[in-house]
Amino acid sequence: MPRTDSVVRIEVNGADHEVTVDNRTTVLDLLREHLGLTGTKKGCDHGQCGACTVLVDGRRMNSCLLLAVSAGGAAIRTVEGLATGEELHPVQQAFVDCDALQCGYCTPGQICSAVAMLDEVSHAWPSAVTGAAPFTGPGDLDAAEVRERMNGNLCRCGAYVNIVDALLGIGLTMRGEP
Amino acid sequence: MTTIADRPPAVHHGATRVDGPDKVAGRARYAAEHPMAELAYACPVTSTVARGEIVKIATDRATATPGVLAVLHWGDVPHASGHEDPELALFRSPMVSYRGQIVAAVVATTLEVAQEVAAQIEVEYRVEPHDVELRSEHPGLYTPAHVNPDFDTDSFVGDVEEGLARSAITVDVTYTTPAQHNHPMEPHACTAWWDGDHLTVVDSTQGPWRGRAGIAGALGLDPGQVRVIAQHVGGGFGSKGTTRAHSVVAALAARAVDRPVRCVLARRQMPAVVGHRTPSIQRVRLGADPDGRLLAISHDVVEQTSRIKEFAEQTAVATRHMYAAPNRRTTHRLVRLDVPTPAWMRAPGECPGMFALESAIDELATELGIDPVELRIRNEPTVDPESGLPFSSRNLVACLRDGAARFGWDGRDPTPRHERRGRWWVGTGVAASVYPARAAPSRARITIDDHRRYTVEIDAADIGTGARTALLIAAAEALAAPTTDIEVRIGDTNFGEAMIAGGSMGTASWTWAIVEAADALRARIAAHDGRVPPEGLSAEAHTGASIEQLPDAARFTFGAQFAEARVDVDTGEVRVPRLLGVFAAGRIVSPVTARSQLVGGMTMGLSMALCEESRLDPEFGDFTRRDLASYHVAVNPDVGEVEAYWLDEDEPELGPLGAKGVGEVGIVGTAAAIANAVHHATGIRVRDLPITVDRFLDAP
Repeated sequence: MPRTDSVVRIEVNGADHEVTVDNRTTVLDLLREHLGLTGTKKGCDHGQCGACTVLVDGRRMNSCLLLAVSAGGAAIRTVEGLATGEELHPVQQAFVDCDALQCGYCTPGQICSAVAMLDEVSHAWPSAVTGAAPFTGPGDLDAAEVRERMNGNLCRCGAYVNIVDALLGIGLTMRGEP
Repeated sequence: MTTIADRPPAVHHGATRVDGPDKVAGRARYAAEHPMAELAYACPVTSTVARGEIVKIATDRATATPGVLAVLHWGDVPHASGHEDPELALFRSPMVSYRGQIVAAVVATTLEVAQEVAAQIEVEYRVEPHDVELRSEHPGLYTPAHVNPDFDTDSFVGDVEEGLARSAITVDVTYTTPAQHNHPMEPHACTAWWDGDHLTVVDSTQGPWRGRAGIAGALGLDPGQVRVIAQHVGGGFGSKGTTRAHSVVAALAARAVDRPVRCVLARRQMPAVVGHRTPSIQRVRLGADPDGRLLAISHDVVEQTSRIKEFAEQTAVATRHMYAAPNRRTTHRLVRLDVPTPAWMRAPGECPGMFALESAIDELATELGIDPVELRIRNEPTVDPESGLPFSSRNLVACLRDGAARFGWDGRDPTPRHERRGRWWVGTGVAASVYPARAAPSRARITIDDHRRYTVEIDAADIGTGARTALLIAAAEALAAPTTDIEVRIGDTNFGEAMIAGGSMGTASWTWAIVEAADALRARIAAHDGRVPPEGLSAEAHTGASIEQLPDAARFTFGAQFAEARVDVDTGEVRVPRLLGVFAAGRIVSPVTARSQLVGGMTMGLSMALCEESRLDPEFGDFTRRDLASYHVAVNPDVGEVEAYWLDEDEPELGPLGAKGVGEVGIVGTAAAIANAVHHATGIRVRDLPITVDRFLDAP
C-alpha cells in the first residue's frame, strides 16, 4: 500500500505542531478536526466564501484551498491567535463595538481577512478601485477601498455596513486620528 | 442570606451584543464544533436524477475501504418508523422525487474517507421523465387547502372585475421572482450521540424544541428520548426552522455505528436538501379613481411545490392587509413538480408578494401622476381591509413621512430618466414593508441564588438575531437587576417548550415568558420577606394562557423603504448607493442588535433585487447554481449606505413589552423600492427579479 498520510510540521498561533495527516486534509480541516481550533469556519469548502480565511506567513488565505501537506513549515495565525491574553485585537474589538457581526459564522474569516488587509494598506498596496492617483496608505482608505478589499468575505446576515464602519475606524487610528 | 433591595431599572440601551466577544475571538462553538471522542463522520450521497427509482446501490467497494464504518441506504434500512414529514423519511423507499435528494450516507472514521467514498458510491436508477418547469398555464395547477401556515388560500371581497371596470386608471401586470436559496453561512450541521435509547444532538437549528419533535418523529422515538442543544447557530433565514435531513442522517448513523457521528451538508447539497424559496408568477391588477383612491386590488399567485410534500407560500396574503379598497381578490395556485420541497426563507410570503404589490403601486402612481408616498397615504385603511379587525397599532403613514423627510424625498421630480450624472442614470424609489406581529407559547424559568445571582433558562435560539442580548436586557428590566447579575441560558430542550427563532416571533414570545417568570420570582422573593434562602428560589412561567387571551386584532410591523439606484448608461450595471428604512415595530428591546437585524434584512433585500437567482435545469432537473460561486449573494462592494430607523410605537397588547419583532420586516419591500428607483432612473420597469444587466439591453 502506498502511504496516504504524511507528517506535517506547522506553526499555529506561535505553537509548533507535528501532526500525521491524511494527504487529502486541508489546513482548514487540520485546524478544526485535528488541532481543536474551531474558530476558523467552513462555509463552502471551495474558496467561495472566505469564512475559512487565516493568515499564512502573514498573508490572508482560504485555508480550505490549502492542503496541510503543502503548508509544512508555514506559520499559521487563526482568529484564536489574534488576542493578547484577555485583550482583544483592535480589529476584534472594533467588530464588537460596531456590531459588525450577527450570526458570527463569517466573522473569524472577516477579522483575519481584515487584519491582513490593513497590513496591505499600511504597505500601500493598491486595489481594484484605487484611481489614477497612487494609493499611499491608511490616509487613502475610504469606504469604497474597504468594501473592495473585503469582497472575498461573504456575510449572509448583512453586516457589511457595520464591518466597513469598524474598519474605517481602525484606519483612522492607523493614521493617528482619534 | 441576602436581602433584595428594589433597584431602579437598569438602562441598557446601547449595550453591545453579549456574545460578540466569544464570536470575534473564535470561542463560540457551532453545531459541528462540539468536541467528541471517537467521532465518526457521515457524508450524504444525493440523487443524480430528478425522478425515478433506485435499482441498485453498489456498496461493496465502499464498505471495503479502510475507515468506512457503514453505508446507509434504502436497501439496508437500519431503522424504519413512520413520520409525517416525507423529507425526513430517509432510506425508507427506493423512489426518488427530486434531484439532490439524499439516497445514501457514508459513515467513516475520518472526514476525508467519508467524503471520498460518498463521491464514489454508484447508484443505478430506473429513470422516469421529470417536469421541473413552473408555468402560469401549467395543466397541473391546483388550489391548496390553505397557505403557509394556515391562511385562507383565496380571499374575495366585493367584485374586482366591476371595480376595475369603474376605475379611471388601471394597472394589469405580471411579476416573477426566481427560486432563491437561504444559504446561511453555517452549513446545516449536526453532532449526534446515543446513550442507550436516549439521543443527544448538537444541531444547527432555529428551534431546539421544534427540532426535537422532528427528530423524534423521524426516528420513531418519544420526544422525551431526545435532547437538542443549539448554543450558537450560524444563520438560518428559515432553513433551520424545522428539522432538516442532516440531523436524521447523523442520528441514524450514530445508532448504526454505535459512536458519535457528525453530519455536515456540503454547500452544494444545501439548495436541494434544506428547502428553497419557491419561484413565483404574480399577476397584480389595480384600479383607482383619478384621485388615486383604489377601487380594486387583485393579486393572483402561481408557485411550485414538490411531489412528496406541500409547501404553499402565502405570497399574496400581505396584500390583504395593506391598502383600503372595496373590491379585492387574492389567490394562490400551486403545481406539484419534480423539485425539492420549497420552504421558508426570510419573510416567506411577504417578501416576494410585496415585491409585486409595491411595484404595482408604483406603476399606478406613475400612471396617475401622483407621488408614490402620497398615493400610499391616500389609501391608508382605518381597519384591516378584509377582516374588518382593528389594528393593534399601525404606523405605516408615519414611517412613510419620516422616511421621506430623512431621505430627502420632497421635491423629487417624478419624471423617469431625467437625471444623468456622468455614466449613471440616477433615480429614487419607495416601497412599504409589512410583517405580522405574533407570539407563541414559551416557558421560562428564573432562579436566584443567595448571592443575588440570577439564572434565566429558556429554549430560545440565537441565530445571529441578538436574542441573547435582547433577553438579557428584558430580564434585567423585569427583575430590576443589573445585567451583570444575570446569566441567560438558551438553546437546550431541557429548558422546556419555546418558540423557534422564526416568524419574527422570538423576542415577543421569549420576553413574554421571561417577564412572567420574573414577576413570579419577585412575588416568591417578596413572600420570603425579600430574603433568599441558601438553596435559592426559582419560578417559572408558561405563556400559553396569556397568549390565548390576546384580543382579536390585526397586528403587524410596518415600514417604509427608500432607495437610490444608479444604472450605467451603457452596460446596465445597477448600483444602490443608498437604502433608508423607517419601521414601526413596537418596543425595540435591544437597539444595537435590532438595528443590525433591520439593516441585515434590507441588505438581503438588496441581494434579492440585484443578485439572487436560482434556476432549475429542465433537462437534468437540478438547480444550476448550487454553490456560492454561481448563486450570487450581495458581497461587500455591492452594498452602499444602509440606514435603519424606527419610530417609538406603543403596541399595547403583544406581551408585556409590546415588542413586534424585526427579523423579517427589513427584507420586505426592499426589492420593490430598488426596482421602483431603477424605473425612475431609466424609465425601464423591471418586473422579473433579479435586476440584471440584460434587463436593459433593449433600452434606447
